[in-house]
Amino acid sequence: MDQFILQILNGLDKGSAYALIALGLTLIFGTLGVVNFAHGALFMLGAFVAVTMSNLLTLSHKVVDETRTDFLGNPLQVDVPYLYDFFGQAAGDTIIDWAVPISILVAIPIMVGIGFAMERGLIKYFYKRPHADQILVTFGLAIVIQEIVKYFYGANPIPTPAPEAFVGSFDFGVVLGFDPNAIIYPYWRLVYFFFSVVVIGAVFAFLQFTTFGMVVRAGMADRETVGILGIDIDKRFTIMFGIAAAVAGLAGVMYAPINSPNYHMGMDFLVLSFVVVVVGGMGSLPGAVAAGFMLGILESFASMSAVIDLLPGINQIIIYLVAIIILLTRPRGLMGRKGVMEE
Amino acid sequence: MLGLEKKDFQLLLIVIGLTLFAPFLLNPFPEGSDLAQFNAGYPDLMQRFVIFGIFAIGFNILFGLTGYLSFGHAAFLGAGSYGAVWMFKLLSMNVLPAIAISVVIAGLFSLLIGYVSLRRSGIYFSILTLAFAQMSFALAYSVLTPITGGETGLQLALSDPRIFGAAQTATGNIPVPALFGLEMRSSFEWNVGAWLFTFNAGYYLAAFFMIIAFYISIRIFRSPFGMMLRAIKSNQTRMSYTGLNARPYTLAAFVISGMYAGLAGGLMASMDPLAGAERMQWTASGEVVLMTILGGAGTLIGPVLGAGMIKYFENIFSKINETILHGWFAFLPDGLEDVVVAMIYPFIGKGWHLTLGIMFMLVVIFLPGGLVQGGQKIGALFSRKKAEETKPNATEPAE
Repeated sequence: MDQFILQILNGLDKGSAYALIALGLTLIFGTLGVVNFAHGALFMLGAFVAVTMSNLLTLSHKVVDETRTDFLGNPLQVDVPYLYDFFGQAAGDTIIDWAVPISILVAIPIMVGIGFAMERGLIKYFYKRPHADQILVTFGLAIVIQEIVKYFYGANPIPTPAPEAFVGSFDFGVVLGFDPNAIIYPYWRLVYFFFSVVVIGAVFAFLQFTTFGMVVRAGMADRETVGILGIDIDKRFTIMFGIAAAVAGLAGVMYAPINSPNYHMGMDFLVLSFVVVVVGGMGSLPGAVAAGFMLGILESFASMSAVIDLLPGINQIIIYLVAIIILLTRPRGLMGRKGVMEE
Repeated sequence: MLGLEKKDFQLLLIVIGLTLFAPFLLNPFPEGSDLAQFNAGYPDLMQRFVIFGIFAIGFNILFGLTGYLSFGHAAFLGAGSYGAVWMFKLLSMNVLPAIAISVVIAGLFSLLIGYVSLRRSGIYFSILTLAFAQMSFALAYSVLTPITGGETGLQLALSDPRIFGAAQTATGNIPVPALFGLEMRSSFEWNVGAWLFTFNAGYYLAAFFMIIAFYISIRIFRSPFGMMLRAIKSNQTRMSYTGLNARPYTLAAFVISGMYAGLAGGLMASMDPLAGAERMQWTASGEVVLMTILGGAGTLIGPVLGAGMIKYFENIFSKINETILHGWFAFLPDGLEDVVVAMIYPFIGKGWHLTLGIMFMLVVIFLPGGLVQGGQKIGALFSRKKAEETKPNATEPAE
């Protein structure tokens, strides 16, 4: 039983990442009808916003420390972050420690801006082109973004730690009445899960309870009629693209402490997120979220040793296997709408 | 000739000529000169040109004709490689059975995957092929280690049976792949003045297969079967309304292109007898997509050009480092030199992927027909000018 709960928990954080990326993907697809292969790159950019933030916060200048000497006997030069000068050492340390959460605030405008630029600068011209062209051009864009990041940050993963307060693990076993240490779960992954729930909730609330969201939903259902009613639906869809980019970016920012960001992390997630979107049903937001969590949890169940003993290698292929079965038995995915992407 | 129209036959002759004289054409700069680093006429790279050319020609039969975008074609190439290496391990070091088995295995494998994947079209087809390829990669990497060698890849060993050949050479080494005694790695080197030309046995074997592959692809493009595939691309719904079941045709195209990939994989293993799971990864599938689109999907020669170009970039362009650049721009004033080098450097050398990505995007945006279409446009520009110039002269006598 404790194993069971542990696997569900383990699946949640990966599932959250899948759900967040897939949500953005399917949002773009549902509104603009564009298949965006560069969405993984947006996720990666988010992670590198966190990296840049922690680099910026630790910008330092050299100060000669008279009390210590280096091995030649000269006074030692110490790097002192500018933040120490502004806020004093204790406050400066705290700010540096909280670099990742702080970068969330920065990431939102940056990612929305990147999303706007992408939509207005490139994707706008591909509405009328075949899906294959959209896939190809965004695939090319993803390569370009990746290589730019690689040029500036190098090819190696860059460790980006979570704040001190979230280091360590939470002992779930005690809460639920199992032995101590039976179910332990890192705090940051818990944070990630709750964060993703909040973001997903916010996106849904935005679409459901605001006038803007209502117009967007109407546009998703019947773009032409909304346009005839005198609403500039293209503008709103562009904003939705920005929001989708921001969701992917936030997913990346928060994921940075879980997995050190490197330039190709986006591609690794993209493939799986596409599978998630297809399993959930193209253009269906609840489908993407449900499928994201479902596949995340399935994946961690499949990596239980009892399951691997029974079916070796199943943990590597479970997601693809589920996708193939679902695509063949339920062509529209779990919650796909009728008439979307059907030739 | 050979069942081809005059124009196609000329194209085939050009391709034959280019591949036969590639050792000369790719080595235009004398040894030891500054430009020698741009020489691509060494066996390893020439082999890669033609092998990836075969791969791209095959992919083009599927994507160029039917419009089905497969993101999992590398799986067939990988399967072919494994098949070939197993032939080397079990049978003998002769490359012909290895290549034959790699084509057969890739064909069967693509029949299986194609049968399932082709039930869907559009992006669903892409995702399905991607999922199958990633599954094959993951399995080859982990569970199937006894068959695939797992992380280290499948390699030859001294203890292999090789029932029709020697398990080891007289000196106790692992034998190398050969065609009836002609070793694939053996080369004939010819010094002409300052130039050094290398004629490699493996290259010519691969080139022979590429010419055959190219010929078959021309025949498919011009056949009623090819026309049917094009009809499916332009409007599948209408095809089914006329009472035609499109799936056998698309499946045939899928299997044919899978066999091409298998042939490429078999040749790859024949040149260098090892096979690894990373050949099946989806990035490898993405590479052949890049090659085909860059060169020109749906054109005959485009995929070969695309393959050649990407492999040239990958192997030659990527070697240019900052020092070489500084050498080139040394004639500029110091400050300007640094600025120019700093501006160019991100795009070449290790950053060649960036150039590739940008070029690929430009091609998709502006030239859906790839570089071949670009060439045709430029050609049309000149010929129109020429036609305009010659027109008055041509019409005058008639008046």
